[in-house]
Formats: sequence, C-alpha cells, structure tokens
Amino acid sequence: MSTSPVSSSGVAAPPSSAFGDAVIMLRRNVKHSVRNPVTVFNAILFPIIMMLMFVYVFGGAIRTGGDYLGYAVPGLVVMAVTYGLGPTATEVNDDLTKGVINRFKTMDVSRGAVLTGHVVSTTVRSLIAAVAIVGVGLAMGFRSSAGPLQWLAALGVVLLLAFAAGWLTVAMGLAAKTPAGAGLGTVPLIMLPFLSSAIVPADTMKTGVKQFAEYQPFTPVIETLRDLLTGHHPSAGHLLAALAWCIGFGLLGYVWAVATFSKRA
Amino acid sequence: MDSAAIAVTGLRKAYGDKAVLDGIDFEVAPGTVFSMLGPNGAGKTTTVNVLTTLLAPDAGTVRIAGHDVRTQIRQVRATIGVTGQFAAVDELLTGRENLRLMADLKRVKAADAVISELLERFELTDAAGKLISTYSGGMRRKLDLAMTLVGKPSIIFLDEPTTGLDPRSRRTMWQIVRELVAEGTTVFLTTQYLDEADQLADRLVVLDHGRLVAQGTPEELKRQIPGTHVRLRFADDRRLASALTILPGAVRDEQDLTARVPGDGGSRSLRDLLDRLAEHALDAEEFSVHTPDLDDVFLALTGHATTEANAE
Repeated sequence: MSTSPVSSSGVAAPPSSAFGDAVIMLRRNVKHSVRNPVTVFNAILFPIIMMLMFVYVFGGAIRTGGDYLGYAVPGLVVMAVTYGLGPTATEVNDDLTKGVINRFKTMDVSRGAVLTGHVVSTTVRSLIAAVAIVGVGLAMGFRSSAGPLQWLAALGVVLLLAFAAGWLTVAMGLAAKTPAGAGLGTVPLIMLPFLSSAIVPADTMKTGVKQFAEYQPFTPVIETLRDLLTGHHPSAGHLLAALAWCIGFGLLGYVWAVATFSKRA
Repeated sequence: MDSAAIAVTGLRKAYGDKAVLDGIDFEVAPGTVFSMLGPNGAGKTTTVNVLTTLLAPDAGTVRIAGHDVRTQIRQVRATIGVTGQFAAVDELLTGRENLRLMADLKRVKAADAVISELLERFELTDAAGKLISTYSGGMRRKLDLAMTLVGKPSIIFLDEPTTGLDPRSRRTMWQIVRELVAEGTTVFLTTQYLDEADQLADRLVVLDHGRLVAQGTPEELKRQIPGTHVRLRFADDRRLASALTILPGAVRDEQDLTARVPGDGGSRSLRDLLDRLAEHALDAEEFSVHTPDLDDVFLALTGHATTEANAE
C-alpha cells in the first residue's frame, strides 16, 4: 500500500493498510453476528434443529442404503453454510441503504474492506455452524472413517463453498433495493440444497427433479464431502465439478459485488 | 486559488440526460461556514456527493484544500469529514463502539481520550454504552457528527444536519457548528431552512434546478429584495383604492385587498401612517410590519429563476 497522507490535525496517520482496515471491519461484523439473535439462530441453531428433525423424525423413512446419520451429516454441513447467508445479505444492504458504506467511502479507508469484512465474517460463521453440525452429529453417534488428510480436505471444501457463497451473498445484498429484499434474494441459495442429494439420495426422486438434483451445483459439493467423511477418495468428476462451481460462483459474486459497489455506493 | 478550502469551477453532473448540476462556481474561505440553500431536488446532495468523492463530476474542477477530487482522492478523503442527510451510524454497536470504529479506521492515537471528549461534548456520555437502536433521532444525529469529528478533519460537510430535529437539538447543532468554526474548521452546510443559513453562514449560495441563482453574505442577499414595509389588508376594494391614493408610495400587493407601504419600521413612520388612515376614516382589517428575511430572498430568486427556465 502507498503511504497515507498526514491528516490535517498534524497527527501523522500510520500507513493505513487494506489488511488492517479489513480486520477492523471484520471485528465490527463479528460483534454484529454475536449481538443479533436472528443471525445466531439462523446460522447455527437452525441447522442443528433441522439435523435433529431429519435424523430422528424423517430419517427412519428415508432409504439411503446405510446409516442415515452418516448419510445426512455432509448434506447438513452444506445446509449449515447456506443457512447463515440470509443475515449477511440483510446486513450488507443495511450498510448500503443506511449510508454506512458511504461514510466509509468518504474516509481514507481501503475500498473493499467493508465487503471483505462481511465475506470473512460470513465464512467464519459458516465454519462454526459446520463444526457445530459435525460436533452434534458425533454426539448423536456419527462415526467417520476419514483420516486427517480427508478431514483437512473436507474443511477446505467447506471453506471454499462458504467463501464463494459469501461473495455471491454480498453481491446480492448490494444489488437489492431493501434489506428485506436482500434477505429474500438468498432464499434460492438456501433452498437449493433441499433439491440436491443433501438429505435424500437423488435417484429416489421423481424424474425431472432427479435430473435437476444430479446436475445442480450443490450435489457435487455434497457428494465430495460425503466421500471424504466416509474415508473414500472423492470421485474426480464430483470433485472437479464442486471446485468449478465454487470458483465460478466466487468469481461471479466478487465481480458482481465490486461492480455494484462502485455503481451504487 | 489553492488558498481556498473549497474551490469549485464549472461543475456539471447529469443523470442520463437530466442535468442535476448545470455549471456551478463557488469558493469557500478556510475557517468559515458556507451554506448552500435550496429546496428539495435542487441538487444539494449531489453537490455534497461530488465534493466528498462519492460521485465523479461530468465536467468542471473541484479542489478540496487544493486537492483535486478526481486525481487526489486519498488526500481529499484524509482532509474531510462528512455527515450525510441520514444518520449513518451502526445500529448494532454502542455509541462508544461507533466512535471507536472511526478512531480505528483513522488510526487515531490516544483514541480513548478523543472518544471520551467527543461523548462529553455531544452530551452522549450517559448513553455511550447503549446500542444505537435505543437512541432517539437527535442523539443519532449528534453521534453521527461526533463520528465525523474523530481525527479532526479540517473541512466538514453537513448535508441538512438539522432536518427533522426538535428545536432544542437544532440549537445544540448550531452551537457545535459555531464552535468548530471558532477552532478553525471549514464547514460546508446544506439546508432548506433559511434561518439556519442566516444564523450560521458567512457566505451562502442559493441553488435552484442545478444553478446558483444568487451568492453572497446573508446581508448582501437581503439587500437584493424590497426593504421593510407595512402590509395593510382592507375589507373591500373601495377602501383599498382610497388607501392607495392617500398613502405615499403604497402599491397594491399581489395578494388581494392588500396595500404594501414602504417604511423604515420605526414607530414614528408607523404613527404617521396610522394618523393618515384615521384622518380619512379608513380602517384596515389586518396590519403587519414586514422585515425582509431569507424567505423573501429565496422566493424572489427562485421564483424568478423558475419563470426564466420556463420561458426558455
């Protein structure tokens, strides 16, 4: 970063760095997450409630060709990631419509810091939710045969998904007219995993829905996680598709977010 | 040129083919209050957005403390503080945390002392630990301005800072603006309240449909319109007609049945006027002494500008 100019009061401002600004923004977002009960509920508690429901209520009726808990955990991990997105979109839109982003823009603050803060805090929140799902799953009797490398790879997949979905969500938050509209905009992202192999195997679905489930973005991500958590090598096809979808969504979200940020804010 | 805190020449900004700012020139001397007066939609906020680097101008130059808003954005941003039209405060943080956020982003040294001082100055110390969602509108505005002052910017932009405030909060705002200027800060203030510009501004411009229709000191602008006069409203046309013949300089007002008589507003000229009415056994239904205020300036200038625009 270039050095920042001396402020008018004569206090020499140390070089403001994009990283430093992003850390300050992240701290702000973390405070938001912790203080907003809706966010905590949506992002962390609701996925756990869903897990209890699917495993103890519906799970008995679902044939997966094995232990249902073991089948459901990877899918629920992905759902935990997407469930936390709604509050992010709302918050980003709040920042935009209430003038907070404009305030930052008139200051000598790194341009993208406020967006980076939202994306990173969303990613961290998603990761906490995913860890909570796995933790509760373990308490319910989920046993994984994954080795350390496979756990690490699974963590990488979750991080990549959360980061990509985070950018896409931030873009939606910037593009929406109102905070409520922004929250609504993420509903498709939250609904998509229901129409994937997350909780029910795709080949048990009706024609049409089945094809959709097989080719939609979340299925390869979930299948890759499922392979990793059961200690298998993920199939190359699923892994490549998962990476391509995540990177594609991430790039799309990033470009969309930056363009909207320049135009609207 | 560069000694001016703000120098604007030939500023133009259009949205699509609608010109919002249509060639604006003005200068603001350091350490003064400059007020931009205009009705809603005149282009005040657009001006503030261009001057504070939020919007790029289509044409013209804008220099803030000598820095060009197009090419020296970082220098401009390090110099200015901006309080927008709506309190841009973080709802999920406390008052103190909002100020802390600004201090962190501006890398202010000894931030605790700066924050406590600002809280005290804006009478927010008691509420400092409460979330902003519990603050009243006036408190939010005050906190917004306090946030703007973190790091002591030398040029401050206030976009309609008292719109929607109760009279007491409004006076507090005015007092703070006066203190800032006394400390050497330059203040650029937009307002639709004429008394506000009259109270605070060293110089002011009147903006209407993206053009400056007048600029000068409040006194200079007041001089551009008719002086003090007395208004007399009569019960009928016959009485008004006779009043117009017996009172020197009286003119029929645009309002029906009202005569406007120039005078200095002193008790002597008023007594003479009333005596003349009594001599002719004329009674006015309503009587008022009218001293010019910025309202007159504003209506005269923008009214004129509007008809001109229509004639084109």
